[in-house]
Amino acid sequence: MRRYLARRLLFAVLTLWGVTILVFGLSRLGPDPLLAYVRDDTYGLSADTVAELKAKWGLDRPVYVQYFVWLGNILQGDMGESIATQRSVSQTIFEALPNSLQLAAVAWVLGTIPGVMLGVISAVKRGSGIDYFGRSIALIGQATPAFWLAILCILLFAGYLQWLPSATKAPATSPLLTQAKHFIMPAFVLAFDPWATYLRLTRSSMLEVLDSEYVKLARAKGASTGSVILRHALRNALIQPITVSALVLAAFITGSVFVETVFAWPGIGRLAVQGALDNDAPIVAGTALIFGFGYVALNFVADMLYLVIDPRIRYS
Amino acid sequence: MNTTSQIETADGAPRVVSAGYVWYSPLDWWRFLRRWPVIPVLVIVLVVFGALFANQISDHEPDKGNLRARDIPPLWFEGSSTEYPLGTNNLGQDMLVRVLEGARVSLVVASVAVLFGLFVGTLTGMLAGYFGGLLDEILMRLVDLWSSLPLLMIAIIWAVSIQPSLWSVTLLLSIFSWSAGTRNIRGEILSLKSRDFVIASRTMGASDFRILWRHLFPQIVHIVIVVTTLRTGALIVAESGLSFLGVGLPASVPSWGLLITQGRAFLTTTNWWMSIVPGLFLFFTVMSLNFLGDWLRDRLDPRLRQID
Repeated sequence: MRRYLARRLLFAVLTLWGVTILVFGLSRLGPDPLLAYVRDDTYGLSADTVAELKAKWGLDRPVYVQYFVWLGNILQGDMGESIATQRSVSQTIFEALPNSLQLAAVAWVLGTIPGVMLGVISAVKRGSGIDYFGRSIALIGQATPAFWLAILCILLFAGYLQWLPSATKAPATSPLLTQAKHFIMPAFVLAFDPWATYLRLTRSSMLEVLDSEYVKLARAKGASTGSVILRHALRNALIQPITVSALVLAAFITGSVFVETVFAWPGIGRLAVQGALDNDAPIVAGTALIFGFGYVALNFVADMLYLVIDPRIRYS
Repeated sequence: MNTTSQIETADGAPRVVSAGYVWYSPLDWWRFLRRWPVIPVLVIVLVVFGALFANQISDHEPDKGNLRARDIPPLWFEGSSTEYPLGTNNLGQDMLVRVLEGARVSLVVASVAVLFGLFVGTLTGMLAGYFGGLLDEILMRLVDLWSSLPLLMIAIIWAVSIQPSLWSVTLLLSIFSWSAGTRNIRGEILSLKSRDFVIASRTMGASDFRILWRHLFPQIVHIVIVVTTLRTGALIVAESGLSFLGVGLPASVPSWGLLITQGRAFLTTTNWWMSIVPGLFLFFTVMSLNFLGDWLRDRLDPRLRQID
């Protein structure tokens, strides 16, 4: 158990290290390493300034030194300055981060609870209308990219019905109802994809559990249907969905990039895309690192959850 | 004379038999459609056909607009025109031609990437499974590493460092998909390599290459086919997603993702179809590929249900 934990932790750290190398390597694929720090049009900089800037970031030294200078700065929380706004990258990111986290939290709740519930109902009422409805949603969800679903929702709810605002987050000073209205569409779109995942997982593990001996025993000793489903079957069937719920959060990282872009949500995903469109290399590298960190951490949490929840699994 | 009679079938669905003809009830048609992937194959064939013959289907060019024919909605909507069955955009460009051109781009990018991914994925899977040991350990840890990276982020940095082009995006998606199927193929090879026919051919002096290529590869072809079909759909979505964000194909290439993003500005005002039409093409193509992939999987190897 402890050895497995150490191994897994080592792998997570190695992955993180790989992420930094990838981000560093990719951001220096361009013709001039200076482009990773300043704008393309260097005509305003004198030769002296260029040399001074290069010395500052170690660009006149070998690549591996450049990497360690860069890594050292990042470990100290210095991700450089945004080219477009001239503001600190770390500060820009930490201003945008809460918006993304709030959206992810709402979407997580919106995705998990109905998804698991639909999965349970699908399994219990196998072959019924609800089962077909749920499975169609799962199939459609697989083939519907989040950005297109977002567009459909905007067309229907913001354009045609005019029930919901089409974009952005409401300012914190506005009434609660307005704020909630701004949350509904982005969170729903983000939550749609996990629905399919939860539904399939819960349905299949629930079906498996319902067929098991101990559920039959519970039925035979006269437990009510509700008690069999909720107290005997669901508890064991939930192992997989709970583990996956951490992976769902990791998938939100990719999903939020699309959703925040379509809904102009002032979060970190939109920051990354905006940075890419502005050719703002420091912003892009910074957001990529944050995403990479989140991704690795959540994958780690998912593995740990699996270990904690299911006492049958014991890694030696 | 009564030539028509009702036959009570096992499932209770009445079948009318008349003078030697069997009239299938709608339920039979439904069964037939559920059993064979007719509709998915039809959709895929139509899209491929349209992509191949986009130039012959319409005289309009994808980039040339007719300013007198701007903002025409698709057929059956008020103000539509038969000259532009799927309508025109805000520049008077024919949506049908542009969508078919987009199909061409999406299919080419996705197929090249998927072929590359399969080649490398099959190779690594076979080598890792067959030789085992250190090679296996290294390759499988690489696959683990690759599947625990947020690939969209790589695409975004990539777009900043390299001027995006058709080939850079294809290359990127190929890199994304290299690990396709590696795990499944490795597992299958692991169980196959200790079987009698492999041991027999080794006893007869067959080389590793010959065993891998002539004896083991034919046994895993079905995995490759299923993974290809499912992966193609995923890659079409990935490509259109990147183009949608503006970090994929350049604006001069009308891929589906780009067409959808171009329509966003007009979504709630005038030309809603600019986003919806290419989106529907994307949706039905990917849905069909998924259905076909699921069907192939169930047919060829039900154990493969683990593939995502």
